[in-house]
Amino acid sequence: MSGEANVRTLTVDGEEISARADQTILEAAREHNVGIPTLCHLEGLSEVGACRLCLVEVKGARRLLPACVTRVEEGMEVTTHSPKIDRYRTMILELFFAERNHICSICVANGNCELQSLALTLGMTHVEIPYQYPQLPVDASHPRFTVDHNRCVLCTRCVRVCSEIEGANTWGVMGRGAQSLVITDLKEPWGDSETCTSCGKCVQVCPTGALFEKSSVGSKVRKHPEFLPYLRIMREEDQA
Amino acid sequence: MSEVKTLATVWLDGCSGCHMSLLDLDERLIELSSQFQLVYSPLVDRKTFPDRVDVTLVEGAVASVDDLKKIRKIREHTRVLVSLGDCALTGNVSAMRNTVGVQPVLFRVYEENVLQKQIPTIGVPALLDRVCPVHEVVPVDVFVPGCPPSADTIYQVLSELLAGRVPSLGGVAHFG
Repeated sequence: MSGEANVRTLTVDGEEISARADQTILEAAREHNVGIPTLCHLEGLSEVGACRLCLVEVKGARRLLPACVTRVEEGMEVTTHSPKIDRYRTMILELFFAERNHICSICVANGNCELQSLALTLGMTHVEIPYQYPQLPVDASHPRFTVDHNRCVLCTRCVRVCSEIEGANTWGVMGRGAQSLVITDLKEPWGDSETCTSCGKCVQVCPTGALFEKSSVGSKVRKHPEFLPYLRIMREEDQA
Repeated sequence: MSEVKTLATVWLDGCSGCHMSLLDLDERLIELSSQFQLVYSPLVDRKTFPDRVDVTLVEGAVASVDDLKKIRKIREHTRVLVSLGDCALTGNVSAMRNTVGVQPVLFRVYEENVLQKQIPTIGVPALLDRVCPVHEVVPVDVFVPGCPPSADTIYQVLSELLAGRVPSLGGVAHFG
């Protein structure tokens, strides 16, 4: 049977598990209830390996590998939690917090933010890396939505959902490194964008308070990124 | 557990919300008061920091030359220094001026659209160019996130310290 040949057996934290050959370490691990923290990953979108929080140790590999873009292999030995990995993950989180102005106490996403809850679950209580305090714009030109670059972690979920699900390709990334910004069209104000359909998917998938609905300010509204896999399934059925 | 420990609290550049949260301990304060002696605090009269304090809770970020002088002295005379709340830990709202610098802020507040333009210099400490979290200036032993940290969190921290343990708030309290 062709299906059998596509099965790979690997160990994750000492436990032997089976996975399909086309699965990533992250998919296989989550199927077996092994928790690996992620930020840029979102079920229903393509993987970019941007945030590096899912770094794992693979025996024989010289460096840590991002679980979200590493395919399973036969006999692979994966470690998802160790003092070294924890140290790296905390450092990555600290870099996120230090790079822009994440002021949880006054953020629209306070209490509903994936970055904030990652700091809690990974036990990060303070940032050793000096804060950068960059001066960043807030674009509130769209009638319903706002983008606050102070809170952006450059996960590119908005870019991917706009391209892969909505097909509008309004969002893009300009610049390099810490100077990168997510932009609408050719860095036009969001409100002037001719490609934006105002569907709001980017807002729903944004893990922080970088993209938010104006009407939700002060109301502790939760975002709903979990709609994506269902949307994908429905569309695939439509096309079949 | 039986010996009475000395406790100090200080208020640097913060809104006093962390101290309000401390007061939110309500009747638990009475329980703690038999084990802690509050020797220095905005809540008591003493004007100079004592020579030797077991535990000091620091609220607020380091924002002025006065804050800097205070926190260095406090560190020198404190056994366990606790950064209490987001301003002490991250700079939080106090550090928002760091994105523009101190001069534009003073200009906005004291000169722009003001009839009697004057930037106060007498009787007030000079502001630092950059507001910093406490641990950027002196070593900190315990970090307590929250804006403000809840009364339960503060109670947990004080109880642990009384029991002779140094608490870790990782996985317990979050920013904001």
